[in-house]
Formats: sequence, structure tokens, C-alpha cells
Amino acid sequence: MSKKVIATTSLAGCFGCHMSILDIDERIIDLVELVEFNKSPINDIKKFTKKVDVGIIEGGCCNSENVEVLKYFRENCSILISLGECAIMGGLPALRNGIPIEECLNEAYLNGPTVKLNTAKIIPNDPELPMILNKVYPCHEVVKVDYYLPGCPPRADLIWDALVALLTGTEMDLPYEVIKFD
Amino acid sequence: MRENILEIISNYNNDKTRLMDILHDIHSIAGYVDQESIELLHQKLRISEAQVNEVISFYHFYNCKPLAKVNIYLNNSITAKMHGREGVLNAFRNECAVEEGGISEDGEFGLFTTSCIGMNDQEPAAIINGSIFTRLTPYRVRELVKDLRNGKDIKELIYEGDGGGRNALPEINSMVCNNIRRRGALLTQDYLPFEITKKLLPVSTPEDIISIVEASKLRGRGGAGFPTGLKWKFGRKAEGVHHVVICNADEGEPGTFKDRILLTEFPELVFEGMIIAGYSIGADIGLLYLRYEYKYLLNFLKGLLDDMRSKNLLGKNISGIADFNFDIRIQLGAGAYVCGEESALIESLEGKRGEPRDKPPFPVERGYLNYPTVVNNVETLASIPKILKNGSDWFLNLGSNDSAGTKILSVSGDCNFPGIYEVEWGTTIKDVLDMCGAYDVQAIQVGGPSGALIGEKDFNRALSYTDLPTGGSMIVFGNKRNILKNVVMNLMEFFIEESCGSCSTCRNMPMVMKKKLEKILGGRGVESDIDDLLSWSEVLKVSRCGLGQTASNPITTSIKNFRHLYENLVQKDIVFDTGFDLEESVKDSCAAVGRQPILHNL
Amino acid sequence: MNNTIKFKIDGKEIITENGKTVVEAAHQNGVYIPTLCNFPGSFSKGSCRMCTIKVNNRFMTSCTTPAAPGMEVESNTPEINEFRKSIIELLFVSGNHFCPSCEKSGNCELQALAYRYQMMVPRYPYSFPLKKVDASNPKIIKDQNRCVICQRCMKTIKTEKGEHYFAYLKRGNVLEVVMDKELGKEMTDELAKLAMENCPVGSIIYKEVGFVEPIGTRKYDKQPIGSDIDV
Repeated sequence: MSKKVIATTSLAGCFGCHMSILDIDERIIDLVELVEFNKSPINDIKKFTKKVDVGIIEGGCCNSENVEVLKYFRENCSILISLGECAIMGGLPALRNGIPIEECLNEAYLNGPTVKLNTAKIIPNDPELPMILNKVYPCHEVVKVDYYLPGCPPRADLIWDALVALLTGTEMDLPYEVIKFD
Repeated sequence: MRENILEIISNYNNDKTRLMDILHDIHSIAGYVDQESIELLHQKLRISEAQVNEVISFYHFYNCKPLAKVNIYLNNSITAKMHGREGVLNAFRNECAVEEGGISEDGEFGLFTTSCIGMNDQEPAAIINGSIFTRLTPYRVRELVKDLRNGKDIKELIYEGDGGGRNALPEINSMVCNNIRRRGALLTQDYLPFEITKKLLPVSTPEDIISIVEASKLRGRGGAGFPTGLKWKFGRKAEGVHHVVICNADEGEPGTFKDRILLTEFPELVFEGMIIAGYSIGADIGLLYLRYEYKYLLNFLKGLLDDMRSKNLLGKNISGIADFNFDIRIQLGAGAYVCGEESALIESLEGKRGEPRDKPPFPVERGYLNYPTVVNNVETLASIPKILKNGSDWFLNLGSNDSAGTKILSVSGDCNFPGIYEVEWGTTIKDVLDMCGAYDVQAIQVGGPSGALIGEKDFNRALSYTDLPTGGSMIVFGNKRNILKNVVMNLMEFFIEESCGSCSTCRNMPMVMKKKLEKILGGRGVESDIDDLLSWSEVLKVSRCGLGQTASNPITTSIKNFRHLYENLVQKDIVFDTGFDLEESVKDSCAAVGRQPILHNL
Repeated sequence: MNNTIKFKIDGKEIITENGKTVVEAAHQNGVYIPTLCNFPGSFSKGSCRMCTIKVNNRFMTSCTTPAAPGMEVESNTPEINEFRKSIIELLFVSGNHFCPSCEKSGNCELQALAYRYQMMVPRYPYSFPLKKVDASNPKIIKDQNRCVICQRCMKTIKTEKGEHYFAYLKRGNVLEVVMDKELGKEMTDELAKLAMENCPVGSIIYKEVGFVEPIGTRKYDKQPIGSDIDV
């Protein structure tokens, strides 16, 4: 039986969910038996090299690049999982939702209480910088998402159990403690 | 000013249940409720300032900020929009130099949107400083504003007597038209006012009266259709220090204006109905809750009550009947559709936000100030004297098998003769269309936004409590109308605006559904979105009151009867679409930094 | 013993006293009915609709319906549970409930209900409304982002004269529960703490202390809401 292929990415996230994937500890050895990783920050593969079975998304969409990457994942993955609160509902980055973009930029780069060194009053505007979206979107409001694993971060046990169930086609019986929104 | 406010409050004995009247009186001398008044209300009524603000902010026509010298409330009902509201709005905006919802810089003009004001047969209509202006056009707006700028009083600008009938009385002085197009048993002028009170009541027991009403099979005309005789029986049986009769004249269902006609032309019938109800259930307190939009009728109605008092038709030992003491007070509303729900109306009468109550207990057990209370619609009460005069058999012979009597319809929209049509129950929609001269009809909204949008296949159905029940509103839409974009959207916005907000369901679901409808209208919908709308709407069923339970009806009934309109809009080639639009979502930031995103075509 | 009432919830016999509401009777008898706006000892208004039940084919709220002899109540049915889950989801999308940064997380009843009804993601789109946070009071923060408008603070936090510290503002979709600025200034420490305690979510936060309980020891970390009632 050929190994299932997994890809992961972090959009508008903090990599905490990825840390939680690593928190499955020694079971990661079992995981390597079950799967091979394709595009992922874990192995630094930049582009998909083959069709992927499961794509795991951390973080919501706060800019045009996030949207592009998410759509790229959707096109290349059979199953897409939103991992963690940011992917599911925008999370902390979405605290800015409802506030006009210009106000956000001014606060971040000019007027915020922690802005000290930007004496030239520059708002970064390199052409290569992605454009900020009008609000931070949960992933499923941009593309179709198949499964959701909540948490901030999702418990390692939840990630492990869910992945095993998904990859082996077995029933998932999650204890109450592992599904949490924080 | 402080002294005046204190005087107003003491006029009502520092009674917080009279807060509605206190606020109205403050408005009439100050135009709004300022911070000082709120503090005084807090001190005298022993409720916190936040509680005072809670009431002020609930009602559309109370303000805690000063308004302009001339305040224009242009209603946004669907019929107003069909008859040129936009042109009128733009004329006001230009002439008054004011944006919708704001006040002009010179403080002269305020321009506000309000829900239907009950003038659907003469739209576009507005309330300007308390006076109703109907059949507005851009030209008329320019004239009006010019005259107002030249210092004329708003009252001088009314076309006196234009409305016909009692509208021409100096106490009313309004340009509102009656437009009575068809008279039946109720609207026929064969009634000698207070004949029943003077002749029949003294020789009848309350039980006699109730049994006649029961035998007539009269049912509530407000829409819910509860048997009136049975309600009175419950009210009579319930124990309480006082008993209360309330006439619900908070006619707020868009497209309905029949109560306006009854209160203008036949108020004696209504008041006599209240007296009879009072006698039957043993009530001493009578209340008529008049919607704010009909304030122009207030002085006229109050004058009638004074006249009745002088003739011993109200007060102590009415008509010489020992211990039959009953009086009627008119409570003016302040702009809230939900107050038409009987328990919300009672809350409002007690000086609170008009928030419906959970039932049980029903008002007949515990209503106004917890006294047993019978709430009847204007039309229901107006039917009573005629039933007692002509007998229950006479009434039973009118209408259809399952629905006795007549129904006053308020017809508006795309027809040649909008107005009031009194028909017998059992009349078909087709007949009504032929009465009002409606051709090329695409759809009809029967029973207002909480009713149903029906199409041709239902035109042979009959108006009745079992087939097609209605509170009486019928808005006709011709073939050229865009049903989903204009009609359904307008009705959903109405529910969003008018929800009291208490139930989690009604506060939130209509907005969620409206956004889904916008997605479909924007061309991004898929077939499953239509089904989502239907299944999502289900949870509204558990809302507390009729407003919440029916708040999705514009969408659900239009899907049921006009599904093809939705089907035409959704995408056929795909089954899933989130509706996300990258270009649209970066528009703001592109504008902020002046460039476009570089896409990498991953 | 004519004060005793017997009725049924989902076929199970419930024994209670006259004057109890259905939800009180149910909880007395080890039958959990989920609630949010209901607060023991205060006048109920049935505004969250979570405790919806079906009696004689009619939906009612069990916190406002008096228990009556012979009543046949449906509560834990697929139809009603689906409504309850919908309400939870509606509340999530219509506010800004960022659990990871909320002090009430783990002790929050809305979150706990979402766990109990296994909400992984709301079916409705998030609305991300722009809401205000009022931190002007010396003791309390009133955060509209998290308010579910349950009225519990309105009903339970009052002055000796009976004036309300908290009241509604506006109506419909933009309805809020706000604090009285003047009364709020004189609020006692005990009352401020009680206000936070009585709030089912993190909309009323007592200032200066926070995140005292570590994750794992909070009220709903290990056991679902209602497990103290369920038998």
C-alpha cells in the first residue's frame, strides 16, 4: 500500500498549530510510517510535486497571498482540513475585522503605541507585498473545507487521532477533553 | 425647562408605567429628551438612566438628541418604492441639503427613514413635523421646501379637505384619503352610534352578550383569528381587581391601513365595541393603543371620548347600568411594529420597551399591570355593535362556511384603484384583483411581510381562516417588478429593522438569510444555497412571538411559490461556491496604498 | 400531597411541586435541559430560546413554562437538538467570540454548550460586527463583542432601590446591553464580581485580575456542561 501524502501550510497563523503537530511526540515516527509529506514548512517543499491526499491549513486568510496559497492547496489536495481557531474563524488576526484598512495600517506603522523606529513615517508598500484583504476570512469562506479541528492550538492528541482515523478509515472516538476552542 | 419636566412627571404621579406619555410630553415641549430630563426621570421614577435610555432608544420616534426644525420621515415601504420614493428622496436631499438619516448643516431639515406609515394607497408618503403628506412627487417636494424656507408653517401646506370624509374636520385637518372602494356590512352607514349601549346593554347580562358574540363565530381580525367570544369568556372568568379591554390600533403590518379608515370614519363603532367588551368581561379600564403614525387622529379621537363622557357613555354607571364603570384612555405609540403583538403592546402600555412576553400566562389571565386583559383588533371591535344590532344569524350568513362575516382588505401596489375593499370571507384572490383593476399580475403579498407571497396558481384560493387567512393586507406586484431584488429584500429589511432583538433567533437569523439572498442576487449562489435558506429558516419557529416566527416568510414563501426566480439566478455548472471575491476584498487596500496585488499563479 | 405534580419529559416521569417551571423540575429530576439566559432565582424571559421544548406540538421555552400535571414534554429529540445547535452557531457568528483570548474561556457557558452540542464550525458565515468595549467603569469592562444579550446582568444586578445597573440599548440586530454610567461609578466590589460571575460569557469582566485558573482545571475543561445534572 502506498503511503498517503500530506501537505501543510500556515497562512495568517502563528505556527502554533504546526508546533502542536510536532507535539504528538514519538508518535511522529508512526506518522512517518503512515504518510509522506509534500509541500510543507516542515520539509520546506515550496511547490506541490504530486497529488496530495490531505492538506492541513493553519491560519485564516488576511491577504492576497494567503488566498492564492489556499486555492493552490484546494486544487492539489483531495481533503482539506482547517486546523485551529485562525483557520476556522479568523482567530486573533480577525480582531481587526470591521476596522477600515487605512486605520489598520496607520495604527500598525505610524500611530501604534509600540511604533518607535519608523521616524520616516513609512507604510511598507513594496510591489511584492501581498495586499491586505478587507477582513480576515476563515478558510471555509474562501474555499471548500472538508474537516475542522478546533483549538488554539488544537491538542496534539486531537490531531493524531483525527489523522489516524482519516488515513486508516477507522471511526474516530474523541474524548471530551480534546476538543477545545482555546 | 427643569420645572416643566418636573411638572410633566408629576402630572403622571411619578408613575413609571406612564413613561410613554411622559416621554411624548417632553418631546412636545422640547423636541427631544435631553440628559437633564433623563436624570430627572431617573430620580423621580426610581429607574436607572440606562433604563430610561432603554425605552427611548427602542422606539423610532423618541430621540435623546435634538432634531432639526423640520423633520421629514419618509417611509420606505415597498409600495412607496414602487411609486417613486427614490425621486422624492432625492428631491428632499437636494432641496434640503441633507443626507438620508441626517440633519442639514443649518439645522433646518432632518431627513429620516421610517417603516411603513399606513398610507400604501397614496404613496410615497411622509410624516413632516407630525403631519402626513401623501402622493409626494419631486415637484411637490420642491414647492414644500420652498414654502417652508419662506417661513410657512407645515399645517398651512396641507391641502385641506383633500382627503375627503372626516379628514376635512378641523380636529383632523389632513390630506389623507380614505379611498373606500367597496362597502360591506361593516362600512355601510346604517349605524346609529351607541344604540346598543343605550338600549341593549341595560336589558342584557354580560353572559347574554358573550353568547351572541360566540354564536356569531366572530374571530380576531388582526390576523391570528382567535374566536372573540371565547376570549371574552376567558377574560370574564379570570380573577382580578380590575379587568382591562385593549383596542389594538397599532396597525404596523406594511400594506395594512384599514384601521386608519375605521378610526377616521367609524370611531364610534370601535369605541362602542370597547364599551360592549368592557361590559361583557367586567372591565373598568379601556385602552386604545394608537400607532404613532396615526397621531394626526389623536385630538379628534380624544374629543369624541370627551363627548362620550358628557353623555354618560363612559364613566360611572354607563347608560344607567348600576356599577358599570368604564373609561377609555388613548395611548400613543412611538414607532415599533412589534408592539402590534398583543403582549408587546401591553409592555409598551406599561411604559416599557415593546418586547413580547412568553405565554403562558396569556393576557386574558395576566395582562396589563397583571390584570386580566382582553386585547382585540380595531376591526374586531367595530364588528361587535353590528352583530348585536342585527343578530348572530345575520353575521353567520355573511362570509363562507368556516369564516363568518366580512373582511376589510387594504389593497395597494400595481392596481388601478388602491384602497379599502370590504369583502365577504370566501372571496377569491382573483375576484379581488378584478375589483381593484389589477392586470398582468406576477405576485401578491397577502397578509403583509409576515404573510405569504403568492403567485398565479393560488389566485383561485379563497380568503378564509382555513384556506388563505389574512389580516387584510394585499400588495399587488405586476409583471415588470423584480420580486427578489426589490420585494423580498425590502420585506426582509423590514423584519431586521423591526425586531425587538430579544430572541437570539429573530435578532440574528434574518440578517444571516439576507446575506445569503444577497449572494444569490450577486450571481454567486448555487442550488444548495436555496435549500440552505429553507433549512436555516426553521430555527425561527422557536422564536417567542409571531414576528420572529414569520421573519423568514418573505424568503421561504417566495422560494415555495417562485422557486424558478431563484433557480434562474444560481450557477448551473458548479455545486459549491463560497462567494469569495478576491478583487472585491482587496479593493480597500488597493485604494489605500495605490497599487494592485501581484498574483503568482501558483 | 396535592402539591405534587407528575409529568413526563421524553417519556421519563418527572415529579415536582406546584409552581416550578419545566426546566427547574427537569433539573431536579436529573434531566438536563440546556439553558443560557435562565438564571436560578430570577424572573425568566425566555430570550435565548436554548431551553426550547415541544408540548402538544407547540414550541415553548422550558424556563417560562410552568410544570403542569400530565404534561408530555419533548426535549432531547433530534429536531429540538438541531434547533439548539443552530442557536449556538447563530450566537457565535453574530458576535466576535475569540475564545483563545477570552478570560472566560473554559468557564464560558456558550463555549461549553458548543462543546456539548459538538460544534466544530458554525454553518453560518461569520458577520464580524464592529462592537464597542466600554472600559470606562473603574471595576468592570463591558465587552459588546462577547455579549449574547441574555439579560442575566439586567435581571440580577440591581441597587437596593431596585434600579438596574445594566439595560438594553436600541433594538433588533443592533441591540446591546449597556451599563449605567452613573450607577456604575458607585458599584461595590462584591456586586462587580457578581456581575462577572452571573455573565454566562466573557462580556462582563472584573478588572485587574485575570486568567487565574490554569487550563485543565476550569469548569468545563473535563466535563460537559450539564453533567452535574444528567443522571
